[in-house]
Amino acid sequence: MTMHGKYFHHALKFRKDVCIGCSHCMNVCPTQAIRIHGGKAELTDNRCVDCGKCYLVCPVGAIIVEQDDFSRIFEYEHRVALIPSVLPGQFPESVSVRQICSVLLEMGFTDIFEVEHGTRILKDAMKVYMNERKDTRPLISTFCPAIVRLIQVKFPNYTNNLIHLKAALDIAAQYYQKKLIDQGADPDQIGIFYITPCAAKIAAIKSPVGDEHSAITGVINMDFIYNKVYTSVKQGFSGKKTCTIPQMQPLQPEEMLWTLTEGESSQISGRALAIDEINNVIEFMEKIENEEINDIDFLELRACDQSCAGGILTSGNRFFAAERLRNNARKARKQGQDVFVRESPESIDDYAAELKKDLGVNKILPRSMDKLDEDMTRAMHKMQKVQEIMKTLPYVDCGLCGSPTCNALAEDIAQGEATVDQCIFVQKKYEQSGKLTPKESMEKMQKIWGREKFQDSDN
Amino acid sequence: MDNQMQFEYNVEGGNFTRAGYASSQIKKILKQLNVDIAIIKRTVVAAYEAEVNVVAHAYSGTIYVDIDTEAVKIKLVDEGPGIPDIDQAMEEGYSTASSQVREMGFGAGMGLPNMKKNADKLEISSEVEKGTTVEITMFLNDKG
Ligand SMILES: Nc1ncnc2c1ncn2[C@@H]1O[C@H](COP(=O)(O)OP(=O)(O)O)[C@@H](O)[C@H]1O
Ligand code: SF4
Ligand code: SF4
Ligand code: SF4
Ligand SMILES: [Mg+2]
Repeated sequence: MTMHGKYFHHALKFRKDVCIGCSHCMNVCPTQAIRIHGGKAELTDNRCVDCGKCYLVCPVGAIIVEQDDFSRIFEYEHRVALIPSVLPGQFPESVSVRQICSVLLEMGFTDIFEVEHGTRILKDAMKVYMNERKDTRPLISTFCPAIVRLIQVKFPNYTNNLIHLKAALDIAAQYYQKKLIDQGADPDQIGIFYITPCAAKIAAIKSPVGDEHSAITGVINMDFIYNKVYTSVKQGFSGKKTCTIPQMQPLQPEEMLWTLTEGESSQISGRALAIDEINNVIEFMEKIENEEINDIDFLELRACDQSCAGGILTSGNRFFAAERLRNNARKARKQGQDVFVRESPESIDDYAAELKKDLGVNKILPRSMDKLDEDMTRAMHKMQKVQEIMKTLPYVDCGLCGSPTCNALAEDIAQGEATVDQCIFVQKKYEQSGKLTPKESMEKMQKIWGREKFQDSDN
Repeated sequence: MDNQMQFEYNVEGGNFTRAGYASSQIKKILKQLNVDIAIIKRTVVAAYEAEVNVVAHAYSGTIYVDIDTEAVKIKLVDEGPGIPDIDQAMEEGYSTASSQVREMGFGAGMGLPNMKKNADKLEISSEVEKGTTVEITMFLNDKG
């Protein structure tokens, strides 16, 4: 695509030194953001939505998720771990939240706060937002950053339908920051670190799509924390060192479930639908776009199967994690009475009014990746070229050209980024007619797949 | 190279599973051509309703799409029962759809009114027991 300038920050990095050019990532990418060149995967930045599908299939770990160096937390006097409810969901029920917190404290955090406290503020704001926009339907949740980007690049006429409100994560971070400052903390000495289940959240924090500043200082990948906690538990950690975090109001059951599928949709009045897994989302949005489906008020769309329980940085089984969270919520619901009458020393509610004033985000802009050119006449010429090229391609979608499908190759050619003789079928035809020598044809393949893969060949 | 493009799609009467395929293709093309997103939206709604009408009410049809930098023209020519009274068919809520079709979520009688609302120009001609021709025009620059 001829899009200049970089719209998005990506948390996923492709390590050329590790990549074996197997093309698995290219074949699963839902936005066709990957090509193979010189035997290595290459990313088209403006097409990637950070869903992490590629990360999950890479057999050699060549795709990595950048994270902040853990020692960065020690640059701050107040070291806050912002944890999502899927973190405790990673562990068997025998590992208590308290144990997990203890390990976090042992690692050096001074404060621990659950992200989902922010949903209490957000839920009210969403209600108001939806009421004020009765003409815009369906409204689409901005919970999952991969989905926000997907809408921007693939369904640009729906960016207006995105709920332009801060994420619960940002609200929680803002609350904790304010609270600490009110308790006398030096703002420069507050470091808020989010334990993330996915790359999309990192990307959103590092370059917020609609909101410039983030109260979040850094990100720690959940698999890193998981390993620490697990090691500690295995070494017979008894949890004797009791959790010294201040007693917080416990999460309400529906807040615990917010990050799971139907976590939002079940809280919204009107016709609300939840769809998880990015390919399901794409399929559904195609129908929405054709207005084949009407009368939906709210769409909860999540990139991962089982939503955040299936985040790419989670370590536990996503189905068990979801089950555990549901069990926890059920327990909390049962104990409901005494949980809520118990005096809560501190609550995000104390800051509700203040937080609600600051929930807006900047406009989320369309970033169409489908357009062949800004200029319609030129786009038309490119499209004609694509059609012309498609006549010579075999419709096999083998990917041997280094593009995921024949059509993707044709578009790459029309954009001047590939040549038709990258196609193995075309090469055979050219060899037959003498347009390419076998040697030249071999060189073409080596250019795409690297020399190594052809080392045992005759020439 | 031409500064205009043509596409053609066949529509099968009665096949609701595939209804919307052509509109979906048209949408893809307009997106690739960087047509204004608001115009794409209106075009697709109109095209979809017209396509569904061929599926729901006619036996078979062909969709001819003509695109240049000024306008998108979508012409649906079908073989079917035709529309005896076009003015009446245009009324909101008027429908001859069978209860079967209605159960499938089609046939609310809003298709033609919706087409009228979304298209910049809508022309319908019909011959009873022969077929119907619907022409949707969308202007890409300020209305010509
Ligand atoms: N292509 C067509 N062929 C025959 N009849 C049609 C066609 N399109 C529309 N009609 C008639 O016009 C009526 C109104 O169409 P429309 O407003 O789309 O409502 P609906 O399709 O829900 O019935 C239809 O019920 C049908 O009788
Ligand atoms: S993160 Fe998702 S969109 Fe980005 S390259 Fe990987 S699979 Fe494609
Ligand atoms: S999956 Fe992609 S990044 Fe990983 S080795 Fe294969 S080509 Fe390289
Ligand atoms: S569903 Fe959750 S874990 Fe998955 S990408 Fe979206 S926010 Fe991240
Ligand atoms: Mg109709």
